[in-house]
Amino acid sequence: MTTHEARDIARSRIAGGAGAAHRHDSAHKHVTGEAIYIDDMAEPAGTLHAYLGLSTVACGTMRAMDLKQVEEAPGVVAVLTAKDVPGVNDISPAGLHDEPIFPEKRVEFFGQPLFAVVAQTREAARRACRLAKIEYAEEPAIIDIAEARAGAARLVARPLQLSRGDATRAIAAAPHRLKGSMRAGGQDHFYLEGQIALAVPGEDGDVTVHSSTQHPSEVQHMVAHALGVPANAVTIEVRRMGGGFGGKETQANLFAVVAAIAARRTGRPVKLRPDRDDDMTATGKRHDFLIDYEVGFDDEGNILGVDLTYAARCGFSADLSGPVTDRALFHCDNAYYYPAVRAVSQPLYTNTVSNTAFRGFGGPQGMLGAERIIDEVAFALGKDPLEIRKRNFYGGAGRNVTPYHQEVEDNLLARIVAQAEESAGYAARRQAIAAFNEKSAIVKRGIALTPVKFGISFTATHFNQAGALVHVYTDGSVHLNHGGTEMGQGLYIKVAQVVAEEFQIDLDQVKITATTTGKVPNTSATAASSGSDLNGMAAQDAARQIKNRLIDFAAERHGVPREQIAFLPGRVRVGNQEIPFPELVREAYMARVQLSAAGFYKTPKIHWDREAGRGRPFYYFAYGAACTEVSIDTLTGEYVVERVDIVHETGRSLNPAIDLGQIEGGFVQGMGWLTTEELVWDEKGRLMTHAPSTYKIPLASDRPKVFNVTLADWAENAEPTIHRSKAVGEPPFMLAISVLHALSDAVASVAGHTICPRLDAPATPERVLMAVERLKREAAGKA
Amino acid sequence: MARVRREIRFLLNGRRIALANVQPECTLLDFLRLECRLTGTKEGCAEGDCGACTVLVGRLDETGLVYEGVNACIRFLASLDGCHVVTVEHLKRADGTLHPVQQALVDHHGSQCGFCTPGFVMSLYALAMRTPHPSTTEIEKALQGNLCRCTGYESIVRAARAISAYGDLRDDPLAAEREAVTAELTAMRDGARVEIGEGRARLVIPANVDDLAEVLGAEPHATLVAGATDVGLWVTKFMRDIAPVVFIGGLSQLRTVREEDGVLTIGAGVSYTQAMPHLAARIPALGPLFERIGGEQVRNQGTIGGNIANGSPIGDTPPPLIALGARLTLRHGETRRTIPLEDFFIDYGKQDRRPGEFVEAVHVPLPSADARFAAWKVSKRRDEDITAVLGAFHLRIADDGTVAMARIAYGGMAATPKRARAVEEALVGKPWTPATVEEALSAYERDFTPISDMRASAEYRMLAAKNLLKRFFLETSGGGPLQVTRHEAA
Repeated sequence: MTTHEARDIARSRIAGGAGAAHRHDSAHKHVTGEAIYIDDMAEPAGTLHAYLGLSTVACGTMRAMDLKQVEEAPGVVAVLTAKDVPGVNDISPAGLHDEPIFPEKRVEFFGQPLFAVVAQTREAARRACRLAKIEYAEEPAIIDIAEARAGAARLVARPLQLSRGDATRAIAAAPHRLKGSMRAGGQDHFYLEGQIALAVPGEDGDVTVHSSTQHPSEVQHMVAHALGVPANAVTIEVRRMGGGFGGKETQANLFAVVAAIAARRTGRPVKLRPDRDDDMTATGKRHDFLIDYEVGFDDEGNILGVDLTYAARCGFSADLSGPVTDRALFHCDNAYYYPAVRAVSQPLYTNTVSNTAFRGFGGPQGMLGAERIIDEVAFALGKDPLEIRKRNFYGGAGRNVTPYHQEVEDNLLARIVAQAEESAGYAARRQAIAAFNEKSAIVKRGIALTPVKFGISFTATHFNQAGALVHVYTDGSVHLNHGGTEMGQGLYIKVAQVVAEEFQIDLDQVKITATTTGKVPNTSATAASSGSDLNGMAAQDAARQIKNRLIDFAAERHGVPREQIAFLPGRVRVGNQEIPFPELVREAYMARVQLSAAGFYKTPKIHWDREAGRGRPFYYFAYGAACTEVSIDTLTGEYVVERVDIVHETGRSLNPAIDLGQIEGGFVQGMGWLTTEELVWDEKGRLMTHAPSTYKIPLASDRPKVFNVTLADWAENAEPTIHRSKAVGEPPFMLAISVLHALSDAVASVAGHTICPRLDAPATPERVLMAVERLKREAAGKA
Repeated sequence: MARVRREIRFLLNGRRIALANVQPECTLLDFLRLECRLTGTKEGCAEGDCGACTVLVGRLDETGLVYEGVNACIRFLASLDGCHVVTVEHLKRADGTLHPVQQALVDHHGSQCGFCTPGFVMSLYALAMRTPHPSTTEIEKALQGNLCRCTGYESIVRAARAISAYGDLRDDPLAAEREAVTAELTAMRDGARVEIGEGRARLVIPANVDDLAEVLGAEPHATLVAGATDVGLWVTKFMRDIAPVVFIGGLSQLRTVREEDGVLTIGAGVSYTQAMPHLAARIPALGPLFERIGGEQVRNQGTIGGNIANGSPIGDTPPPLIALGARLTLRHGETRRTIPLEDFFIDYGKQDRRPGEFVEAVHVPLPSADARFAAWKVSKRRDEDITAVLGAFHLRIADDGTVAMARIAYGGMAATPKRARAVEEALVGKPWTPATVEEALSAYERDFTPISDMRASAEYRMLAAKNLLKRFFLETSGGGPLQVTRHEAA
């Protein structure tokens, strides 16, 4: 990115500093196909290809594994099973030792990797995999949540309970009570670039793995353990992912580990890339939930007490199910104050692929429970759900405490929702919709406005740290590295903007470099929306260290007080003179000033006592609101999203263009989760929706016909985050809950809004039609 | 017998390629990525659904050189004989200037992770070439075959609207080399049959339809491949050996549409894209239906002949064609037979096609002026999805208000595309009234016992099937919109 043409040093602003709506750093390479993903890298000479052999039963033991034909297949170089793991045969990210790389005997889900074939070509490895003869002693499999929690439910992680006040008593004493349950389906990440790893062996047992991962440090640990080598023998590198969304937080581990074992075994570079169907079958997804709720409320719709149980299909191992189900509970309130609350999680063992992180990390499912409760109360009282929502918002004396006893200090709900209501013209449109529905027999419209309050920080406090490495070279160009990974979300450009801002140099003077465990160690996953909060601060810290040294140097060299030194665009004012930045850097170098620094950041204020269910797990909250209008066809259940109005706050945005993209993209992804993305397992535990032909993520023609997004720029983060910005990766995802509720509203119109449609997610056309039919029946029965 | 050539020839980004050693199952995508190291074209799904591998294929038809977006992942390399393949690498100028499509996407923040982006670039390029100022509807249609998981598409659509502001496509690379490419492709047409390899590695590209008849006579069990939107998956997903393979997608005699005496005859090699304007002009209800078959890339590749010949119970063309009373011509050597289309489908996976026989054409009688015809598809996702239920209705009402004729056919309701004969019987001769329709609904159980699968439950299929008949009735009686609409009428 470095250029050497003369720059106008008297400019008042740098190009691409903090807050600039700058394009993605790789945009010009994306559009030309020049951006290099792992499968595009020039393969080192002698590269071999691995492929995974998957189980064909959901539960049982392997009686015999005959891989003779596999070994003898054309092009095959090696076959790897559990006994070929040199170190520890485990990739449990939770440290529970419940997730073998390859199982020795026990098969726990359909599609579980059992062995790997290494061959001259990917095609040869893939074909050879099919020649395995495995005999299973099959056992009954637990597939569904309802089965899983019947009887002595086996859990994969410790459940959490949150409570404040006496929920049971509050509900019992309430003028109105009702209970119900809802299902919220899972979701496949459908990153466009599938899982992939390329392991290159080095000397002394070292290995470098190019891994499409959100969590290089964890991959490093997993590879080290699997190989039985210290972490310092393993380097993980990732320049970019073709999408992650949580699906490469832990799920990349297996592929990297197998590639590394194969590379160790053969002494040659090994690449492993599963086909899309195998990727979808063998990697975890968003957890589906069965949510039981009971609520007590008064005549006005004030919620008095709630009791919630969140049961999740976790799959065969813990993976991140503990923290995911925890986060579901942390969001069982969404934006609402519960005077008394009890919420418990049930992370259930099932014979399905181990579910994992996915944008929102349980938060979306948690909020669905809260919003369902709002709907129930509204229908029970014959009121507009928005009225019930506003009535129960956090705010006012004694109404600021969450179920986990954190105070909501930066409450923007009322203002955000008022702005959304206003810009959407909610009241007038609700009337217009009622008039339309009156006249229209078949097509019905619905509208809903839902809020989002999302907690920012890893709930495991120790993850809230980050490192960065900044070098300033003698020509004034800057090399930037940090522990965050780029999956399309624009983290790299945002952090580069922070560094450019710090030094007051143009953005193109900052070289963005691939994330590697060799430069910045012990990093956290790029997850929990924390990427720019953590890494931006760490990079700023590194830049400031160098800046301070430059200031010290300039003060001494030019004999001016530090206060008279200022970094201006492209130059540094030192007393009465202005020195071009590169010139000052050169002078500093000649004076033997260190021009490299490692930066560090840890989030302040946060703490969490899981046993007590108390603390401040979140540094702050991110807020937004969305109003959605839909049309449904009551003959087929088909629908379209007519219009969406979003108001979402990002604090002082580091990059409004990137943030807008996160909001639009997150919303549509959330909409997919709640509408057409349906995961279907058959009774044998086979995932039937394992490719885009059967698993339907939104298309361009599914996005809202009218899509208005406003960044609420009037708010800055109340906490001193990086340039007072707010995290934006996950929160907008949950704005899509308004789509589910708009569909629900449209369905409700067939029964005069007297019956709660209890629409489960995903609200496929089938579920919408069946809900319409049920409401018509029930309304006829009532009449 | 036709003269035999032992290599395929085509252009790749303007460069001449001749390959004497082509495996019949080799896909264009593998050739680009593994052989040519052109890695801008990505593999997202290897089944023609995500569009990350979209490239343009230029071919000569009667109107001249036509470029269409196709999915390289399921396009067999050998089928490109005589074509010009254009990948994303061909767009940027030598001086580094981005193509208008590319610059528009950059400036409108149309990429995030960037993995799908080259595919979007190519689809938008294809759109820009034929429609410099596209409407939002046209953009959405052009992007039906491209999945993006990051952006929510809004920024991509903004970019698409702005492309024309970034430069004139008349001086872009493909326009500049148009004459030269046309001349080269014309020169490649030597009228020869292509034969490469033996046994499991054997492929044939017949010189013409008569030659195809001859080839199939000699190798009656060869796999016929037209658009490969189905057969491609046999290879990429099931790793089936399909050789010997006979590629028929390039046979211009099979790519004709003609109208004679009220019958539209569509050659077996006519793609959905090619058929669409003809069908939409003469049978308007088929326009919106065809727009929902696959994505643009699949419609450019896939053929109606293939959709019929493969006999899928959820193919989108057989039900409407059956309702219209279409007939099918099958050819074996010099012998032809023409049968009602509905008789072609015997059972699941079993069609009335004998060894050595091939589908030559389908004949579609145009509905009479007094007939009513409609066809509706119901799927989980509106566009680029496989049918859950598809109903096609063809009805004539006599002057006395009774139903004089009814042909109703469904997809997704049985093991084959199937007529609803009991429902038809319940309607014919009765007055066309809500009461008659209501009564006819009970006949559905006699016609159909649908299955439950990942697309829909049996219960939903049955209910939606019945409701489509209601919709058909309501269409004639007014009273508010009867469907949700995405695309305003084209």
